[in-house]
Amino acid sequence: MNIAVVLKQVPDLVEGLEIDASGKSVDPCSVRYILSESDDHALEQALIIKEQVGGRVEVYSLDTGEAKEAMVTALAKGADHAVMVDAGLESTPDNHTAARVFASVFRDKHFNLILTGVRAIDDLDGSLGGLIAGFLDLPYVGLIRKVQVEAGATTTIVEKEYPGGCAAELAVTPPAVLGIQAAERPPRYVPITRLRQMMKTATVEELLVPPPSLQPIGIVRLFKPEEGAGAVMLTGSLEAISQQVTGLIAEKHLLR
Amino acid sequence: MSTLQSPAIPEMPAVLFPEIASAEGKFRTCIQCGVCSASCPMSDAMDFPPRKAVRMLLEGRFDEVVKSNTPWLCVSCHTCTSRCPSKLLISDGLFPALRAAVMEAGQSLDQDLQTALQKTYLYGNPMGEGPNKRTDWAKTSGVPVPVLSQVRRPVDVLWIVECYPSFDPRGQAISRLLARILNLLRVDFAILGREERCVGDCEWLAGERGLFEMLVERNIETFGKYHFKEVLLTDPHAYRSLRNVYPSMGGRYVVKHYTEFLTERLDQLKPLFRKKLNATVTYHDSCCLGRKMGQYDDARTLLKAIPGVKLVEMIPNRESALCCGGGGSTIYLDHYIQERVKDRLADRRVRQAAATGAGVLAVACPFEPSRFEDGVKMTGCEGRLVVRDIIEMMAESMELI
Amino acid sequence: MNKYIVVVAEHFRGQLNEITFELLGKGREVAKSLGGKLIVLLLGQDLRGFIGELGGADIVLAADGQEFREFTPDIYASLIGSKLKETCPRLVLLGSTSVGLDLLGLLSGRGAFPCIDSCVRLEAKESGVIATSQVYGGKVFAEIALPEETTLVAVVPGSFDPAAGRIHGNPEVQAFAPPPDMAASRVAFRKLIEPPPGDVDITRAPVLVGVGRGIQNAENLSLAEELAAALGGAVCASRPVIDQGWLPLTRQVGKSGMRVKPKLYLAFGISGAPEHLEGMKQSEMIVAVNTDPNAPIFSAAHYGVVADALDLLPALTEEIHKISMKKAS
Repeated sequence: MNIAVVLKQVPDLVEGLEIDASGKSVDPCSVRYILSESDDHALEQALIIKEQVGGRVEVYSLDTGEAKEAMVTALAKGADHAVMVDAGLESTPDNHTAARVFASVFRDKHFNLILTGVRAIDDLDGSLGGLIAGFLDLPYVGLIRKVQVEAGATTTIVEKEYPGGCAAELAVTPPAVLGIQAAERPPRYVPITRLRQMMKTATVEELLVPPPSLQPIGIVRLFKPEEGAGAVMLTGSLEAISQQVTGLIAEKHLLR
Repeated sequence: MSTLQSPAIPEMPAVLFPEIASAEGKFRTCIQCGVCSASCPMSDAMDFPPRKAVRMLLEGRFDEVVKSNTPWLCVSCHTCTSRCPSKLLISDGLFPALRAAVMEAGQSLDQDLQTALQKTYLYGNPMGEGPNKRTDWAKTSGVPVPVLSQVRRPVDVLWIVECYPSFDPRGQAISRLLARILNLLRVDFAILGREERCVGDCEWLAGERGLFEMLVERNIETFGKYHFKEVLLTDPHAYRSLRNVYPSMGGRYVVKHYTEFLTERLDQLKPLFRKKLNATVTYHDSCCLGRKMGQYDDARTLLKAIPGVKLVEMIPNRESALCCGGGGSTIYLDHYIQERVKDRLADRRVRQAAATGAGVLAVACPFEPSRFEDGVKMTGCEGRLVVRDIIEMMAESMELI
Repeated sequence: MNKYIVVVAEHFRGQLNEITFELLGKGREVAKSLGGKLIVLLLGQDLRGFIGELGGADIVLAADGQEFREFTPDIYASLIGSKLKETCPRLVLLGSTSVGLDLLGLLSGRGAFPCIDSCVRLEAKESGVIATSQVYGGKVFAEIALPEETTLVAVVPGSFDPAAGRIHGNPEVQAFAPPPDMAASRVAFRKLIEPPPGDVDITRAPVLVGVGRGIQNAENLSLAEELAAALGGAVCASRPVIDQGWLPLTRQVGKSGMRVKPKLYLAFGISGAPEHLEGMKQSEMIVAVNTDPNAPIFSAAHYGVVADALDLLPALTEEIHKISMKKAS
């Protein structure tokens, strides 16, 4: 099984983020980047498949100045090769642009599966995996929580999540793109000692590609939601509060 | 959960080699006396108690030991190390190496622990709070809490607040009171604010030597920007690291736990104790401050100086005190441990406190208030026993609350 | 480009999903402003039962066949894509759902249609169509001017009023079949995996009692169950409780769980992390109980109480029983 995993760096929301002076994008100075959570799961799933049926896992990322550590971490976890795709981009482009770049990179390679996280917090124009599949005319299934590959089988069995705890079991004929929601087990840990060592010794391939034509999304403005006054706080004894809450419930005609 | 099998570890993990397999490995001097297993509060629950684990490792049966629950049940109470006749570093040498071996072999980690380590790597604290929030606790302290990067001058005391006292609500309340006490004593202090990162001790005990080293390097670089005479801490784990480990990595400072720092200022403090507390108090010696660093008296001196405090001792106490279970990394392994140990250590210790007849269980380590307060609820001692940090008791007597 | 608004209908286990009606209601509004028509694309098997519910549409394009009985992304995208190329609509509305999101990328990539995801607001103005999408975990909103070409928009369930789309009637039905040269599907449906029997679908409960870490252990869940029973509702939980194994996955509310919109959501011991809020903040009334007065849940709740969940749960249950008994007598 030859698997490609596409990794994307996204803003880390822990410290919040600010909108820049233009009002049309996030201020890059206000932001630090981390690997998109579901991409981490996609990598884990790819490594699990490799452990089960053998093969090769390659990780790809767009070079916007942030991704090296994620690439080296992937190598430390067991990926065979890491490729930083340099398309002359200074910041993360929209997913259409990114997907066009990856589609051109993958077109002549023969991956059985291309895995990526089903969505990232900065997605505005559709999921990267779906778009890559669309551009390459490959099948795509998203929101996957399980992937079953058997040596010699012609199809890959996946479980796609639906609401209400349901899931659909589907048989996908590779080559295909899969949008991973969660790997079968949580992403593995890399001891920092190993990561620090590998940051000095690991090689990441730099792949130069022609800069894509940008057709930016027509963002009029970005804005933060108004912070409301918050909840009306109820006070008093437990009994008094219970009476107040029960009164509120009765007003909504929810008492039987 | 995955049904994937983990493959057998083919050879001695490199990180264990020096301790166990090399000719110079100190563990070859283990006489298998069993004092460690007998002293270990968790040995009943371990697949292989300490003595047996050492035997098995010396015999080359590392695959079994590394995959057992033994590495993860050690609460780093250091009772074994303090009693070992061969003076072997068990809880603070072998066990961290065992945990590092688990990670090195790619075995899966408990998720709570993994998350805490990853958050520490990214944000410098295991809660995953943004560094900007380090000063949130100080906003409602009612007294100025200077930040070094803002005051830009030499100070007498660098107060390293540490993670729990900065982010955990129970810890934050205690930090605010200490700020008020320092203010009243006119101590010239400052904190690091958003530049502060975990000092590191739990990470190393958890087996993450690389993460620990990263934190040490980063902290030594940050401290190097400023001028201060002493470092003040409330966290005994950070205290141990700064005293015992940082110097060997280039960071040499005068470091004091608050019990020592405030005992030095006892003459200044005594007239400030206005209110008589009328409480029978028993003091819990935390493993790190006590057994590991040998400090038992300053805390007791402070307590006895508070008017109306009658001090009684638990059985056991001092060198033999029972751990709260918060340990080095086991604070992140509560769920793991609770599945395997019915009688929580904190509950056992609370029962020992209640048996003294005391109304207050006094502590001097930020891990302890919540653990013991849970223990008070679980053992049905609510209403009979409260848990207070010594800082809280002093602040109450000084009418700073 | 025609002044058509196309809605891609979604159904599951013999019922049209609520998102379909949300899209219909909004679609009608936009179609009206543009002076255009509302077209519904409906794929499945035995579709006759659905047609009467789609009275809001001008035309229903229906592909009825065994091969469409269950959603599979490949063949659905092929068929919908070819219909979109034919009809050349102004706007295509889909749900930002398990189905819609698979289709969004495939249709956009294959057909070179621009697309927007996570839409929570949509307006047709003089200057054009403006979509507002939520991004960065709901911390930022993006107002987007849709390009003047066929654009696909995926809408977050719960954004629009489904009542506006529930119109019974007799729309014109144009049946169509896949073209003979359409490639075979590369994705085959094998089976549906259901949650364990007897478990509740919390997305359909009118009242939810949500529990978080503040519930402390599995034994205390019974307090929440009693309150839920008294209100004819169900117990759900934030992720930490599910991760502990105290409740099954089907009870998880939040980003990686269910999105719920009950009439009443009572949050006990839930801190209000954004991942959880995403799953329940559209509840009609939210009452939050937490010992921490600074818990983020209080900014999303309508009413808040600083108290211990373990104390308030039984007190509230008792009060409700008292009032219910009074009503009965």
